[in-house]
Amino acid sequence: MEFTDEQISRYSRHILLPEVGGKGQKKIAKAKILLVGAGGLGSPAALYLAAAGVGTIGLIDSDVVDLTNLQRQILHHTPDVGRSKVLSGKEKIQALNPDVQVSMYEERLTAGNALKIFSDYDVVIDGVDNFTAKFLINDACYFANKPLVHGGILRFDGRVTTIIPKQSACYRCVFKQPPPAGLVASCQEAGVIGVLAGIIGTIQATEALKLVLGIGRPLTNRMLDFDARKTQFREIHVKRNPKCALCGDHPTITELFDDGDPYAGCTVRPDTQPKAVRL
Amino acid sequence: MIKVRIPTPLRPLTKNQGEVDIAAATIANMVETLEATYPGIKARLCDDSGELRRFVNIYVNEEDIRFLKGKDTALKAGDEVSIVPAIAGG
Repeated sequence: MEFTDEQISRYSRHILLPEVGGKGQKKIAKAKILLVGAGGLGSPAALYLAAAGVGTIGLIDSDVVDLTNLQRQILHHTPDVGRSKVLSGKEKIQALNPDVQVSMYEERLTAGNALKIFSDYDVVIDGVDNFTAKFLINDACYFANKPLVHGGILRFDGRVTTIIPKQSACYRCVFKQPPPAGLVASCQEAGVIGVLAGIIGTIQATEALKLVLGIGRPLTNRMLDFDARKTQFREIHVKRNPKCALCGDHPTITELFDDGDPYAGCTVRPDTQPKAVRL
Repeated sequence: MIKVRIPTPLRPLTKNQGEVDIAAATIANMVETLEATYPGIKARLCDDSGELRRFVNIYVNEEDIRFLKGKDTALKAGDEVSIVPAIAGG
């Protein structure tokens, strides 16, 4: 493929970088990146990846835009309330950069559809809002052998880590399984400072682009922990766990499974009112 | 003394302190010492049988205690312990 003069101009600040150049920009143009969740983390990631000229962006989300989303989900605007998130997202991505192909999956990720969808992509970005889906994405990336950029946000705290299946620690190596219902708060019940989604989501997009370009040092075997109140980043060392049920020496998870309740671990479900929260 | 970093969800139990300095020789000892000063914190960290909950990770100087000696991991003056629960928001 060759870039047009307009594309060379559009991507000139990338092409100027020795680490990217015309060759790297072509890698970006050929890349296929999947965003699971077109919400808080998915929004900034989608916009920067679109601006960067990623060839194909996949959006998975079964929800419609809610007024409470707009405080942080910058892919969606006020007139989008009540509209499909993937459709709203596709419109913003293509308005920003018509070079980008957007594949829409207006469905919930399940053990039944995950591997088929993931197989079409180079990198997966986790922007979902519940533990069950985070574990499902982790497991599906392992079985599909796709790099995963995991992110999580709550209140003023953010986490991000990159997982290269079979090479670096997976989410299950670190957290093993979803917590029991009622023990961990969700954004729905505990709140989140909106801009935190931007900080973590854009780090996820940076990691995805680095993987596509094959440059730098990925955030593997390290979990970056951001405290917005202190504006402090900390790096926690994580390791592959030989006892990991998924990628350890004697795995007990040998195929994808649905863990039932998508809001397992949350004190309240999205359709109910917040109440007192525990850890 | 060791420094224990308290994650946001547990700060209501530590009078909103993000870090507390305590004396403890092991992680198990640290949990008991925290519980004595901040009642209720142990139940958040450990299950009914007293084992650390599977979705709460504890790091000593950024190393996961599961790769050290678990609850028996020794602590020495100046160590920093981080309690890191999973978070799911997106």
